[in-house]
Amino acid sequence: MGIAVLLKQVPDTTAKISVSGGRVDESAVNKWSMSPYDEYALESALQLKESGGGDLVAITCGPSRAAKMLTDAAAVGADSLLHILVEDISGLDSTQVQSILAAAVAHSGSDIVFCGKQAADTNAGSTGPGVAHLMDASCVTMVSEVVSDGSSLTAMRASSDGNERVAVSAPCVFAFDKGIIELRRPNVRGIMMAKKKVAETLSPADLGVDISVSSVSIIGHNPPPQKPPGQKFEGADSVAAVVGKLRDEANVI
Amino acid sequence: MDVTVIAETSGDRLHPVTAQLVGAVVSIGGTPTVLCAGGMGAAEAASISGVAKVISVVGDCFGTFDGGAWAEALNAVTGGDVIIAAASSTGREIAATMAAMRGIPIIQDATNLAPGISVTRPIYSGKAIETSTVTTPCAITLRANAFDAAGGGGSAEVSTVNQSADVAVAVREAIAKASERLDVAEANIIISGGRGMGDPANFSYLNEIADIIGAAVGASRAAVDTWEEIPHDMQVGQTGKTVTPSLYIAVGISGAIQHLAGMRTSKYIVAINKDPDAPIFGVADYGIVATWEDALPALKVELGKL
Repeated sequence: MGIAVLLKQVPDTTAKISVSGGRVDESAVNKWSMSPYDEYALESALQLKESGGGDLVAITCGPSRAAKMLTDAAAVGADSLLHILVEDISGLDSTQVQSILAAAVAHSGSDIVFCGKQAADTNAGSTGPGVAHLMDASCVTMVSEVVSDGSSLTAMRASSDGNERVAVSAPCVFAFDKGIIELRRPNVRGIMMAKKKVAETLSPADLGVDISVSSVSIIGHNPPPQKPPGQKFEGADSVAAVVGKLRDEANVI
Repeated sequence: MDVTVIAETSGDRLHPVTAQLVGAVVSIGGTPTVLCAGGMGAAEAASISGVAKVISVVGDCFGTFDGGAWAEALNAVTGGDVIIAAASSTGREIAATMAAMRGIPIIQDATNLAPGISVTRPIYSGKAIETSTVTTPCAITLRANAFDAAGGGGSAEVSTVNQSADVAVAVREAIAKASERLDVAEANIIISGGRGMGDPANFSYLNEIADIIGAAVGASRAAVDTWEEIPHDMQVGQTGKTVTPSLYIAVGISGAIQHLAGMRTSKYIVAINKDPDAPIFGVADYGIVATWEDALPALKVELGKL
């Protein structure tokens, strides 16, 4: 059983995003982190590996700086690291990203894939289902937990009425939501071991993926429109006035 | 331009966002064919103004949700230059899988479309807005409440196609929600509590107000992470749900950047916080500097008078 987890390094959710010259200024991002949903995917993949055996490979497609995130994954228990080096991923369209990652999964020999339901930068959510299709694998999204019962894998996923427990067989892809599972922190030994772990670094071309022509062209980025300043009131005595404004001025109640 | 619109359903009814998808397609000169998975909502879809035709796709695979199987069945019955779906979790998965099946790009969660096709979408959970152009064929999902809905009064022809696909995701057990409360993602009014509520038991004050005005109860990430009584499905913000209600009431929420990212596009925002310098007041239309202990009883009384 080979397990792969797809990880993306993104600006930390606490980071300010600034726009300069019509583009998000990546150099102004003060902290880069593993995308939050990917952290849950990684934790669940580690738990599956520990319960059922098998090797866990952490895969990313991203620039050089993303190597640190792979080292972080090794520090909590990823067995091997695969870095598909693309310095500017913003120009890739969904087809290219999925082709790269599906080829990377095939290269690693994995048949069970964990990923986040979406990355915290693009917020798209196309990668899990797309990679699943390219792998000819089944796909479960909005997953909070995965357990193995020997022959099949059982996932808990969010549904419109609550939750569902669903069973799938490998090859399969699990796209994770934030869940109830607790994330582990690396210990000192893990951090030391991770420093010695060397990622296998490949280019898209090494995997046979052509990224020369993208079907999407970014015209520009803008900061979100600013709201005009609101009205501020002091003390609970003002509640009646605000309710009146919601009724008469805003017409929302 | 032939456009395939994947109808969004809620139970066996058509979800109102479907009329918004049709409105967006018509606005860029597209001719919409609406696909109804499992035949759900087909009659309602036919009455949306501007719909060219409705295809009711009927098959065993639509009994439970397997995005791969649904996409395969839907993909088999339609061509089209563009696939449009709602940016819900199911809409995103079906559209992404159909796009991968066709080898075409997908752009998720668009908030504006223009001929070309030019697509505007929030990125970094709304901390920036991206405008791009995409070549056809392509797939695009649209954010709910960002587009004007097409009106009613249409009478499109409905055809039924039998088309199923192999189901690979087997539902073993359905677990109902612990609470019958409205989901924040669906609500028109949301009242959310933060760590400033002091204790998860105090969310009962928010529930009482929610009951009066038909609101959903949400929470900040700090509240969800601090108290296990507050489940993650209530979380509004960057690692929770992005919401666009007409009224959002934030109580005891300081307004961390992750929270603002998930609710700043609400039509009207009321903030109740004892700290006059709390960042939440920066996005509030109406700010009340008060403790929740003082403000919520007054709010309950005033809303009860309506």
